[in-house]
Amino acid sequence: MAASAMLPEKFLLWAEEKGMVQGTYVPTFCEICFWKCGAMAKVINGRVVKLEGNPNHPGARGKLCGRGNGGAGLLYDPNRLKHPMISTGKRGEGKYRQATWEEALSLVAEKLKLIKEKHGPESVALFTHGTPTDHFLPLLYAYGSENVGMPSFAQCRGPRDVGLELTFGETVGSPERLDLANSKVIVLIGSHLGENMHNSQVQDFTEAMARGAQLIVVDPRFSTAAGKAHAWLPIRPATDLALLLAWINVIITNGWHDKAYIDSYASGFPELAAAVKEYTPEWAEKETEIPAATIQETARMMARNAPAVCIHPGRHATWYGDDVQRTRAMAILMALLGTWGREGGVFMATTAAVPKAASKAYPEFTAEALNTCGYPLAGAEGLTQVIRTATLTGQPYPIRGWIVTGTNLMKALPNQKETMEAIQKLDLLVAVDVMPMDTVMMADVILPECTYLERHDALAIGKGKSLTVSLRQPAVQPMYDSKPGWWIAKELAKRLDLGEYFPWGTYEAKIKSQCALLGISYEELKKVGTIAFPGTANPYITPSNQPEFNTHSGKIELCSNELKEKGFDPVPRYTKHPQPAAGEFRLVYGRSPVHTFSRTINNPELHELHPENEVWLNTAAARQMGLRNGTYVTLINQDGIRSNPVKLKVTERIRRDCVYMVHGFGVSPKELKNAFRKGGDDQGLVTRYAVDPIAGSTGMRVNFVRLEEEKKHA
Amino acid sequence: MPSYAMVIDKRRCVACMACVVACKKENDVPPEQYRTRVVEQVEGQFPLLRMDLRPELCNHCDNPPCVYNCPTGASYKRKEDGLVLLKKHRCVGCKACMAACPYDARYINHEKGFADKCTFCDHRLKEGKEPACVATCVGKSRIFGDLDDPDSAVSEALRENHAEVLLKGAGTKPRVFYVKTFSKPE
Repeated sequence: MAASAMLPEKFLLWAEEKGMVQGTYVPTFCEICFWKCGAMAKVINGRVVKLEGNPNHPGARGKLCGRGNGGAGLLYDPNRLKHPMISTGKRGEGKYRQATWEEALSLVAEKLKLIKEKHGPESVALFTHGTPTDHFLPLLYAYGSENVGMPSFAQCRGPRDVGLELTFGETVGSPERLDLANSKVIVLIGSHLGENMHNSQVQDFTEAMARGAQLIVVDPRFSTAAGKAHAWLPIRPATDLALLLAWINVIITNGWHDKAYIDSYASGFPELAAAVKEYTPEWAEKETEIPAATIQETARMMARNAPAVCIHPGRHATWYGDDVQRTRAMAILMALLGTWGREGGVFMATTAAVPKAASKAYPEFTAEALNTCGYPLAGAEGLTQVIRTATLTGQPYPIRGWIVTGTNLMKALPNQKETMEAIQKLDLLVAVDVMPMDTVMMADVILPECTYLERHDALAIGKGKSLTVSLRQPAVQPMYDSKPGWWIAKELAKRLDLGEYFPWGTYEAKIKSQCALLGISYEELKKVGTIAFPGTANPYITPSNQPEFNTHSGKIELCSNELKEKGFDPVPRYTKHPQPAAGEFRLVYGRSPVHTFSRTINNPELHELHPENEVWLNTAAARQMGLRNGTYVTLINQDGIRSNPVKLKVTERIRRDCVYMVHGFGVSPKELKNAFRKGGDDQGLVTRYAVDPIAGSTGMRVNFVRLEEEKKHA
Repeated sequence: MPSYAMVIDKRRCVACMACVVACKKENDVPPEQYRTRVVEQVEGQFPLLRMDLRPELCNHCDNPPCVYNCPTGASYKRKEDGLVLLKKHRCVGCKACMAACPYDARYINHEKGFADKCTFCDHRLKEGKEPACVATCVGKSRIFGDLDDPDSAVSEALRENHAEVLLKGAGTKPRVFYVKTFSKPE
């Protein structure tokens, strides 16, 4: 087995062509990003030779994006974490010795017990992203702590979700329930679909474009999506709220809003109308630098095609610190056009319920959880930076242990210095990951998880138009001495005397019992990968399918009572943000279609296509500064932090007041042989952040940089 | 006998590179070499800009200069289905085909030594599947099928849209067609 797995791909593909061996397809779902697309792993002789989309899966529809296609690059990345490791030097020195699982797990358990004894269970925090959460969050709860921090909230979609919940009583879910394929007008605000590669969403987007939908793109950069737009609005960064309020103003002033819809489903219209009176297009022109006529014209375009208008609420929404209010404005616009629950707008989630297995109750959490500390509307996903501050200051109580699973905090959180200082204060930092990422290489104990192609994980329950259940199962056995996340969590629990919270033998046994509960055949699921429940779709409002809004008033809240009670603006109000001085540029960052954050940076198959990021600078600005395309520059932010040398891309495709970089590059562990220090680390330059007073999320597009030519670089 | 062709609808392409990665995996293309690519062209001055995203691959020409210029007879046009292919054992790696091809579609496989190029995934066609790039194309920008079949996706796409070929003047008669960006016949 071991020997045959070593056979080179070249030979296997040739042998298959000659009919000497046959490939089998193992259905599973992808973990290269968070979209969880159904994939079919083609396996020959114990080696994954290709990944294809699962035609049964609603997120994939038989297709995978570039990253999904390159998933085997992670599996066979020679730089993977191979063995448990224990630090032998100081934190951050990167000195490790190989250890056995027994030794590593016992050490972690022992230290966790010690922290619990000395400081209480609340002194351990979990930072997590993706499927490891399904295993390690129960472990944290069983241990007695509720202090979890997911960067996916406070550094990403938190304010968006809060803004939508305040308005509609629920958010749009993930994958977002956007009915793009049926839209007549699509509005993207900062969202760069295509570069921001979300499989089924991009499929729907291109479908709409081919069918002749009109596209409005608001972006300081001429993105790929802007290249397809009928109206590209190169907005002055940090003024998006002004544009949104002006659109609302135009629609209300002209009486273009959906009056019947507003009468039936919404509350607070008079307050809204009064509050937005001052936000005329002429006023917004001065703020946004978008001509008033264009604002009028685009508003008319939306109103004429309502309700088949999709205002994309975005995903990474932590921009300027007033992000909940910006999302509120988008949500209000959606409501005025009557798009929620309508074809071409936002469709409604399936109301099909998923039965839950009875499980042992977790111990009661006595301390105040840091999750919502000071921020009334922060969610259960926690606030990473609040936990970090508590670690640094010991207030309101000390945090002495961090468990980090599937997230690279150094590249996710703003102000790296604070993260490093917090890490130095810890008694224990344990990392569970596949690759030696920046944060992993600072841990005391490294526990190597196997890749998604080698393990079982929790069933993925999809609540799109209909209810779907998808299975992750190993296509091949774990390589090296890596283990599945569920096994690591269960073994740790055993050593912490918490074994009863993980009562099943293998994860497969747990999945089998879940399938029985759901009333589906496990054997069938193993074969097809995804099972959809027929008759569970009810996407659009009809006389017999009325929407329910889980807000205070039970209606869409154009004027939010909840915000008013808590002392915030019930209707979004424009706040002016500082703009860069002459010679400075606002640092804007975004996505590449072949990378997911920093986690794919070293993947040989993807690294090849995008080995380093570039910093985009407007041609006229570059000429003024005497900078040429392709030279290497150093970025220096307002706090004097300097970046790696980054290649300069001189382009007409960006405004003069900002520069743009793809996020995730410039990783520091030398163990990442492909990606080590290639490209610039945008996160390193994000030392300043604006905390949203409502959601507690960190706005990160508030940093200004200067550019300096790198003389030494070839 | 089928007459294979590809139609590329550039309006649907978002340059996500799924085709490029899928092609490399499917055909075991060596690092830093490609059988297909996506060319991004931007014209104009801020803020009046225009973008063209153009997937490119071997055009499987009906008048193929690579075949005419191959001194060993390794490159050939298969009569049955129109694919331009290569007999690997006859190729000496002289690069005459690379020089002759106006589309820069060929490369010398630096692991195996012979000239290599897109085969429209001939091995997948035999199994009744579409080429890998077409199967994974997220935007359904790549359409594949039989020109002789009036009901095929390519025939329909060519009937419904204005299409063009690359470097028409070269006289190569390509079998890869591009739907014009903003045009539909009345």
